[in-house]
Amino acid sequence: MAKLKLAIYWSASCGGCDVAILDIKEKILQVAEIADIVFWPIALDFKRHHVEAMEDKSIDVCLFNGAVRTSEQEEMAELLRAKTKTMVAFGSCAHLGGIPGLSNFSNRAQAFERAYVEAQSCDNPDKVFPQTITNVAEGELELPEWWDTVKALNQVVDVEYYIPGCPPTVPIISQVVDALAAGQLPPVGTVFGSDKALCEECPRTKGEKKIDKIYRPHEIIPDPEKCLLEQGIICMGPATRGGCDAQCIKANMPCRGCFGPTPGVTDQGAKMVSAVASILGLENEKDLPAERVEELMDQIKDPAGTFYRFALPTAMINRKRM
Amino acid sequence: MKRIVIDPFTRLEGHGRIDIFLDDDGNVANAYLRVPEFRGFEKFCEGRPVEELPRITPRICGVCPSAHHMASAKAVDAVFHVDPPSAAKKVRELYYSAHMCHSHIAHFYALAAPDFVLGPTADPAERNLLGLIAKVGLETGTEVIKHRAYAQDIQAVIGGKATHSVCGLPGGVSKAVTEDERRDFEEKSKSMVEFGKLSLKIFDDVVLKNKEYVDLVVSDMYTMKSYYMGLVDASNKVNFYEGDVRVVDSDGKEFAKFKPANYLDYVAEHVEPWTYLKFPFLKSIGWKGLVEGKDSGVYRVAPLARLNAADGMATPLAQAEYERMYQTLGGRPVHHTLAMHWARLIETQYAAERMVELCQDPEITDPNVRTIPTATPDEGVGIIEAPRGTLIHHYQTDEHGMTKKVNLIVATGNNNAAMCMSIKKVAQALIQKGKEATEGMLNMIEMAYRAYDPCIACATHSLPGQLPLEVVIYDAKGKEVKRLSQYLS
Ligand code: SF4
Ligand code: SF4
Ligand SMILES: [Fe+2]
Repeated sequence: MAKLKLAIYWSASCGGCDVAILDIKEKILQVAEIADIVFWPIALDFKRHHVEAMEDKSIDVCLFNGAVRTSEQEEMAELLRAKTKTMVAFGSCAHLGGIPGLSNFSNRAQAFERAYVEAQSCDNPDKVFPQTITNVAEGELELPEWWDTVKALNQVVDVEYYIPGCPPTVPIISQVVDALAAGQLPPVGTVFGSDKALCEECPRTKGEKKIDKIYRPHEIIPDPEKCLLEQGIICMGPATRGGCDAQCIKANMPCRGCFGPTPGVTDQGAKMVSAVASILGLENEKDLPAERVEELMDQIKDPAGTFYRFALPTAMINRKRM
Repeated sequence: MKRIVIDPFTRLEGHGRIDIFLDDDGNVANAYLRVPEFRGFEKFCEGRPVEELPRITPRICGVCPSAHHMASAKAVDAVFHVDPPSAAKKVRELYYSAHMCHSHIAHFYALAAPDFVLGPTADPAERNLLGLIAKVGLETGTEVIKHRAYAQDIQAVIGGKATHSVCGLPGGVSKAVTEDERRDFEEKSKSMVEFGKLSLKIFDDVVLKNKEYVDLVVSDMYTMKSYYMGLVDASNKVNFYEGDVRVVDSDGKEFAKFKPANYLDYVAEHVEPWTYLKFPFLKSIGWKGLVEGKDSGVYRVAPLARLNAADGMATPLAQAEYERMYQTLGGRPVHHTLAMHWARLIETQYAAERMVELCQDPEITDPNVRTIPTATPDEGVGIIEAPRGTLIHHYQTDEHGMTKKVNLIVATGNNNAAMCMSIKKVAQALIQKGKEATEGMLNMIEMAYRAYDPCIACATHSLPGQLPLEVVIYDAKGKEVKRLSQYLS
């Protein structure tokens, strides 16, 4: 088999996804065996103009991490899409928008005001903001423009596969490498990971899920053997795709949903709302007094920021541009 | 006027660059280090339950996520006025010492050592980790990879995940260390102490026994006087996890010492329109621009600054080496930017020794690792020493612990002004009228900021070990006249 041509790219990302690729250790040698890396900004000195010079669809696979939030990043996504046969959204940010997607609760002007003027340590009486173009004595200095809205990769270009996780785990990256090596890729649209909800791979014992009090993680010391939700701690397990090996839960902390919605579900938060409603005994809401419903739901702090922690840009509630 | 653009990370992808302007004579007029990315966390953390911030803020940077995780955990302790059990603090410190080892090892071997072992002007194709291994031997290479992995393992076991850990929450850590884990950690930590010695020996053999390199370290172009900042314990020894912030002046005299909660009385930030990264400075002195000396509020952080700001190291092997460094380089403080590498290895030795102490502390497996907060949450500051310097998280909440305001001063931000100045100084010394800019020269400019191990605003995403560099020289009309590029892999 001819060697694959592989590109790895980052956009609005934290770098953790690239570290995750390095963390596969000896497996990286297998990558080198099956693929030539033709573009990887953190490691190789190939530039955008090299990619521009490539023929369309000449890159076999592109692993794209990070969300898209500047015009420059959008251009790179489009360029790589044109040159690539198989586009893979790698990690929560590219897959769903990720944590930076929480930016969609506000806009650029508010974010700049907060960071550059209002921040307690700022000494900026003239309200100087970073500018796309600044004229200094010696010449012109340019900065890329920051958008109001963060997007997931498939809101900008077509995507064939998704690798979930913030960051993706070593076993899942290995699974993808093996699939590439064998030339056996699953159907287009596949999200790697499990086909089931995280709850199904969670090692904790589960009984009847019925609670009437919700606790925040710092408010109680949970029993390490029992389901967290049954102990009143909001855990995204029911609404989240499995496959991470329940990493956070094994560390005695609730899931925050980085693997994204369960198969067949597009809106992770909506799914979680119904899961929580049923646990709180609200599925027969009509039979309960309104105050009681309110009282129960009020216990959930910041439902939007918790249920859509990693998936706000791809959620129904954030379809509209601000 | 000519312009030289050094894009240390990538050419066009917007992760950090340096613009050097030449005057009409071809001498350096000015240099701008610019960060073309902004992460916006200060805003979107608003409205989140504050106890969630230790799980949100690490995404500022996937290279030093554990530093943000710990600074955030300490800030939320302060918000809830809760003091974690002693065992929890020790578990956090153990986890965090492992992070320091991981980060410092990666930086020294992948980035710094190749310059010295292979030479600052060696062929870039060889001046990298692989070239280094070829020179120092595969055995050492294996040790490097092994110990970096040990440090990652310890973080993953305590933190749930090595990258973007989840263990820190108000009042402690989410799970205790078991006896089996402790034994494993102890073994790895002891091995790390030996590895620390090996690293210092390599530094000694390669750099200190080579007069040419010692001369380079102490040369004017790599020397800059400034204030220095770092966390110290009760006896003014370096501490990464906890203590007061101490600032010394360029004579090594204590200038300030303050509790984390009072940082706003000492530090302020200046904004320039040409970079997304702000410029912190000492408030009582004021922002005087990018200038050296005691009248300028510019201060430095990171390993050398920490050692300069302290009276010593809290463990024996590190202390012995601390003394040796100051004896060799003419007493405290040392202003030689390249001595940052030596200081980094002394800190690695300290972190390893501290890990052994913590692993042998009977309390480390105490199951009591949580204190449930009872006070009304309001406001708190968490300060830790990130591998790249002092890191400040400051949160304000309503009475339900919902976040109202977040202020962040990231480690590399503190060094923003100093890095701009160090780069300019080396560029001015090397790029001169009538002299052709060579790749070796450019690497020597790069060495000035590489010493700081910049993780610029934790936003440029430079991974330890990967620092592609490209320099483009334009003539006065903006036409490209020369292009040089290299990378370290
Ligand atoms: S998915 Fe997570 S690890 Fe990857 S870039 Fe986004 S924040 Fe970083
Ligand atoms: S437990 Fe949840 S938040 Fe944690 S890694 Fe798994 S999917 Fe992500
Ligand atoms: Fe960082």
